[in-house]
Amino acid sequence: MSLLCPECGKRPATLHYTKIVNGEKTEAHLCEVCAQEKGEYMPGFDNGFSFHNLLSGLLNFDMVSSESPNIAQQKTMPRCATCGLTYNQFSKIGRFGCSDCFETFRDRLDPLLRRIHGSTAHQGKIPERTKGELKIRRDLEKLREQLARSVESEEFEEAAQLRDQIRSLQEQLSE
Amino acid sequence: MSLNHFLENAMSEWMRVKGADSDVIFSSRVRIARNLAHIPFPMLSTASQSEEVIHLIEEALTKDDIPEILENAELIQMADLTDLQKRVLVEKHLISPHLAEESTSGAVLFSQDESVSIMVNEEDHIRIQCLFPGFQLEKAWKLASQIDDWLEKHVSFAFDEQCGYLTSCPTNVGTGIRASVMIHLPALALTQQLNRFIPAITQVGLAVRGIYGEGSEALGNLYQVSNQVTLGQSEEEIINKLQGVVRQMIDHEKQARERLLGMSPIQLEDRVTRSFGILAHARIIDSKEAMKRLSDVRLGIDLDLLTGVPSSVMNELMVLIQPGFLQQYAGEKLGAEERDIRRAELIRERLGMERD
Repeated sequence: MSLLCPECGKRPATLHYTKIVNGEKTEAHLCEVCAQEKGEYMPGFDNGFSFHNLLSGLLNFDMVSSESPNIAQQKTMPRCATCGLTYNQFSKIGRFGCSDCFETFRDRLDPLLRRIHGSTAHQGKIPERTKGELKIRRDLEKLREQLARSVESEEFEEAAQLRDQIRSLQEQLSE
Repeated sequence: MSLNHFLENAMSEWMRVKGADSDVIFSSRVRIARNLAHIPFPMLSTASQSEEVIHLIEEALTKDDIPEILENAELIQMADLTDLQKRVLVEKHLISPHLAEESTSGAVLFSQDESVSIMVNEEDHIRIQCLFPGFQLEKAWKLASQIDDWLEKHVSFAFDEQCGYLTSCPTNVGTGIRASVMIHLPALALTQQLNRFIPAITQVGLAVRGIYGEGSEALGNLYQVSNQVTLGQSEEEIINKLQGVVRQMIDHEKQARERLLGMSPIQLEDRVTRSFGILAHARIIDSKEAMKRLSDVRLGIDLDLLTGVPSSVMNELMVLIQPGFLQQYAGEKLGAEERDIRRAELIRERLGMERD
């Protein structure tokens, strides 16, 4: 019979350790989740003790544990408002909870996607529905670059034409 | 006879030997992962949200513009199947082990010829799989894409300009495509050239693994070669790259076969006929040995060293001798030893059928 975690009283306590603070020894037994939440973290402590760690280790993006997080960091950990997944949980499970996670964790995704795919930008198929709008936006991007170049090289006639084109595309988008 | 009847029902289109380069490539598969916008991925969705996903797919199936290949297709709920039935579907490569074992609200639909299967509430809401015999990656991709286009008219997919199609696992993000071939490499294995090949293939972003067997072991010299990267390249680029590398593997395998035949014809013939003899007469055989012998026999057929045995024997038997199939055929649960006896019996019967 395994010991239940005294924090939540639900999950089995899988972490057992002895803390020595100012010469005072205390023993602690916690489950993985509560230990994370309490910010109980020790270097080398969470290496390879759970299946999910192993998985994220395989995927090679367990950035959280290598950064040695502290309590303050744990609290500022982004959490997806839609499905409740935290970045910490994502990095352990290696799965997103919903499509909004991508927006929530966007700042942290680039290095991860680059490591897996060597790229961060989709080049493939686009759903028919999004296609029209997306094409306009990509065209706009290109036109703006051209505009900047023509202004720089003082080709004002061309710049004026480009400005008109940009304006008409912007109108299409706002329709 | 019962076996004949069973074979008819048990055979999927992809197990037949046809299509280009079918002497080396057994099958080509493309699967694409899609998720519905505004519903959490299956891992975190509630029971009612999972039902909603199934409901949306069922509704799409009632539309008039349904692709011809999916007409009359019905969603089968995983909960309505026995463990054995699920196992048989996994062994036929029609559903994933994940859908069979882990999904609580999973469902699947097949086209009549079983070349298309759409898994619902697997790791992602929707996984469209197209599986064809031989080297037909492009055809598989076109069909998968066509089904994707149709579905997209009726449901709204989770898509992001930057990341592409959003998937539960970051390794599928972007195109959501996994294209693969099942390739038979007996001559490269015999001449021990595979160790040289596999690292090179991994370096260009493709993965090679044994289809049957665990770890580095590849039973029956059967390998799966697939793309790893799904983001930053178009589907066509991904398919082309895989095709290019596989084309080279086919050429090297064929060269190795010719060389083997030229250098040691009698040894090769002995290996082939000896294996055939064992398959045709053994009373007890485990799956490891059966796969090894089947691989030899198939190589013999492809090199005209054996006649009167159709080349589809290996493609069929490698599926039929799996534990799930053996038990379904027997109509009862079987222990490992009983399975070895049944397996030998089934192989003898199948090979005997051709001689009559």
